[in-house]
Amino acid sequence: MASGHGDSVFANVVRAPEDPILGVTVAYNKDPSPKKLNLGVGAYRTEEGKPLVLNVVRRAEQMLVNDTSRVKEYLPIVGLAEFNKLSAKLIFGVDSPAIQENRVTTVQCLSGTGSLRVGAEFLARHYHEHTIYIPQPTWGNHPKVFTIAGLSVKTYRYYSPETRGLDFQGLLDDLNAAPSGAIVLLHACAHNPTGVDPTPEQWEQIRQLMRSKGLLPFFDSAYQGFASGSLDEDAQSVRMFVSDGGECLVAQSYAKNMGMYGERVGALSIVCKSADVAVRVESQLKLVIRPMYSNPPIHGASIVATILKDSHMYDEWTVELKAMADRIISMRQKLFDALQARGTPGDWSHIIKQIGMFTFTGLNAQQVAFMTKEYHIYMTSDGRISMAGLSSQTVPLLADAIHAAVSTVV
Amino acid sequence: MASGMLSLTCPSSSSLSLPHQFKGGAAGKPKLLNQASFFGKRFVNAKSFTRTTMAVALNVSRFESITMAPPDPILGVSEAFRADTNEMKLNLGVGAYRTEDLQPYVLNVVKKAEKLMLERGENKEYLPIEGLASFNKVTAELLLGADNPLILQQRVATVQGLSGTGSLRLAAALIERYFPGAKVLISSPSWGNHKNIFNDARVPWSEYRYYDPSTVGLDFDGMIADIKAAPEGSFVLLHGCAHNPTGIDPTPEQWEIIADVIQEKNHIPFFDVAYQGFASGSLDVDASSVRLFAARGLELLVAQSYSKNLGLYAERIGAINIVCSSADAATRVKSQIKRLARPMYSNPPVHGARIVANVVGDPELFNEWKEEMEVMAGRIKSVRQKLYDSLRAKDKSGKDWSFILRQIGMFSFTGLNKAQSDNMTNKWHVYMTKDGRISLAGLSSAKCEYLADAIFDSYHNVS
Repeated sequence: MASGHGDSVFANVVRAPEDPILGVTVAYNKDPSPKKLNLGVGAYRTEEGKPLVLNVVRRAEQMLVNDTSRVKEYLPIVGLAEFNKLSAKLIFGVDSPAIQENRVTTVQCLSGTGSLRVGAEFLARHYHEHTIYIPQPTWGNHPKVFTIAGLSVKTYRYYSPETRGLDFQGLLDDLNAAPSGAIVLLHACAHNPTGVDPTPEQWEQIRQLMRSKGLLPFFDSAYQGFASGSLDEDAQSVRMFVSDGGECLVAQSYAKNMGMYGERVGALSIVCKSADVAVRVESQLKLVIRPMYSNPPIHGASIVATILKDSHMYDEWTVELKAMADRIISMRQKLFDALQARGTPGDWSHIIKQIGMFTFTGLNAQQVAFMTKEYHIYMTSDGRISMAGLSSQTVPLLADAIHAAVSTVV
Repeated sequence: MASGMLSLTCPSSSSLSLPHQFKGGAAGKPKLLNQASFFGKRFVNAKSFTRTTMAVALNVSRFESITMAPPDPILGVSEAFRADTNEMKLNLGVGAYRTEDLQPYVLNVVKKAEKLMLERGENKEYLPIEGLASFNKVTAELLLGADNPLILQQRVATVQGLSGTGSLRLAAALIERYFPGAKVLISSPSWGNHKNIFNDARVPWSEYRYYDPSTVGLDFDGMIADIKAAPEGSFVLLHGCAHNPTGIDPTPEQWEIIADVIQEKNHIPFFDVAYQGFASGSLDVDASSVRLFAARGLELLVAQSYSKNLGLYAERIGAINIVCSSADAATRVKSQIKRLARPMYSNPPVHGARIVANVVGDPELFNEWKEEMEVMAGRIKSVRQKLYDSLRAKDKSGKDWSFILRQIGMFSFTGLNKAQSDNMTNKWHVYMTKDGRISLAGLSSAKCEYLADAIFDSYHNVS
């Protein structure tokens, strides 16, 4: 074997740590203990602790694979047209005037992350304000996506550790202090990681404030249907903003609500003032996408489109989606009850008040480390647990672990 | 909430974010002046204005000043083709394989793999950031040879990427971060999207001479001179086989000299391998340039695509491979590529990766694939011959069309200029890219005569 020239050109490349969220699963997989629990990444698990592929997804996939007329030609840069139209209707409502007036451009992207990245790159190139305000805390990947796209990231107050709820006044004060035109990231529902959402009244106040300051909303909608169990209810915040005629961006993901995680299915919509602007915006989105990956993957988007356009399959989907959302809500109740039964010190009612896949337990990093070491419970160090990873079987283990952590570690 | 007109409640005008640009006009109707930074350079007449209404200001889009981008020079060709209603139309734009009936082709092995996958009822969980492990393993083996010591020594960092484009982009992002200021040398001409990728990744580039129009062949001396002249430690983008758009590849002897020069200048070879198997029909032969460099112990980057050779275009499946001087370096480099993928799309799509892992990883399916590969490459070789024969028969001017036979892979660089290419489209409804490139994968033997007529006319009658 020839030795080539001595030193590596990669000598100055250091080893990066594992991603803080996805790295939890890496660590979990390495753990040899027979009794371990992965509450890290937000991926739904059944009561048996298994990943779930929705029945309606399996059926749609079978139809597609067995359809011999289907080909694998490149999708357009903006993706599968049918998928784009159906995705816009799903988030904005079938009767949305914005859609009817052709003021919405929707492009298929790689799940939520890809939609956020494409939107951010677009804003960094074409929008006059390059600051984006993100809630404190937010999904760990948000600041990385925006920074690498060329935006500068600031935060607005969101979570109040004292109340384990929304710091609404802090939120209003911080957005009010933002420069006119700044971009504001909003979690459409089921805030990640806290599970704390504004009420409809609070959303209306946020909307008014933002419109008065010309702040540009950028919604991250990763849990439509998963928060309350109703697709329409979970889209209310977005629709409220769209119905005032203003502009906004929306990143949609089908990872959770259709269980399409690994297929990377999502969409970026930009609601514009006019159809003419929407056409030009779309043409510029293509220039962002082409040098990134040319055009998006067909498989997942085809499955989603198949389901959304067929009223029977759509209905089936809503039933399966509600079942997932309901199971999570019941896990919340079970965990809360288990902690009450153990007399665990503290107020744990936030477990049943928070919404969506995650619970922000309020546990600190030391307590989390304790739970991992002693009880083999894997979660992110901010104290976030994925309720989707719990089952009736495993709730007692988790309750024991929390009880021990809170009692022995400060 | 007032409907029909955008209205916002503003508690006081001081909370209006606009600078004081509202001035009352003659009839009490204000004009919006000097709105350059917020709305672009247009005046808007207010229909009505009250202290609490923002109707004027926000009826203008924040994106008003955005201009219409031109269509993609390659992918836009197919759009134009679709819009054409003429029955003689021929799409020789994008490099997507077509059967003799000019139909898209899904390989039999792909159909078999998908059926197997369906039967197994696999889940749709997130892949790791670096992609499907079984895919990464077989793809490195396919590229370098399963028994390559580099693989046994774990010196190859392989990360699943979004086909060729996505894999190139990950590599570009790595270069930008870890080799600041380093240039990428791109052949003149090259695939149109290469420059866009490096521009968006903010990696500087320059060109090296490649295509010689006078010989319709390789400007080898120019290529070597330009690679030598580049600053030490540049990345040299090389097409592993079946150069796109010219179809002109260096000979094995020329590859050795290219490797010598790259080694002398401590440049880093960066291969784009989008046609492995499609050039000669043999997967191993088409990988020989990459293997030649790797065997010299050079560190190198290789972007792979399965769009063409497995017909998986729309599944977006490929990989970026970094061959490093040590297993430790490979581990570190892989970890940093993951850091670049995470804020781009988090983790790659599973479907295409599983198909590849099933086909390439199963000896029976792999052999079947090799056969289908030979059929596809064979069809292209035969239309090359037929096109050449048709042109020879038509053109008695003495013009030498034999370059068509020497060129390799999906494309032929016809040597037609932009005006002539336009004539091909406008008069003959033959769709191709403006650089004179035609995709032979989109040509049937039945259409060779027609195409020969079009080329003959465009070459001789248009300047």
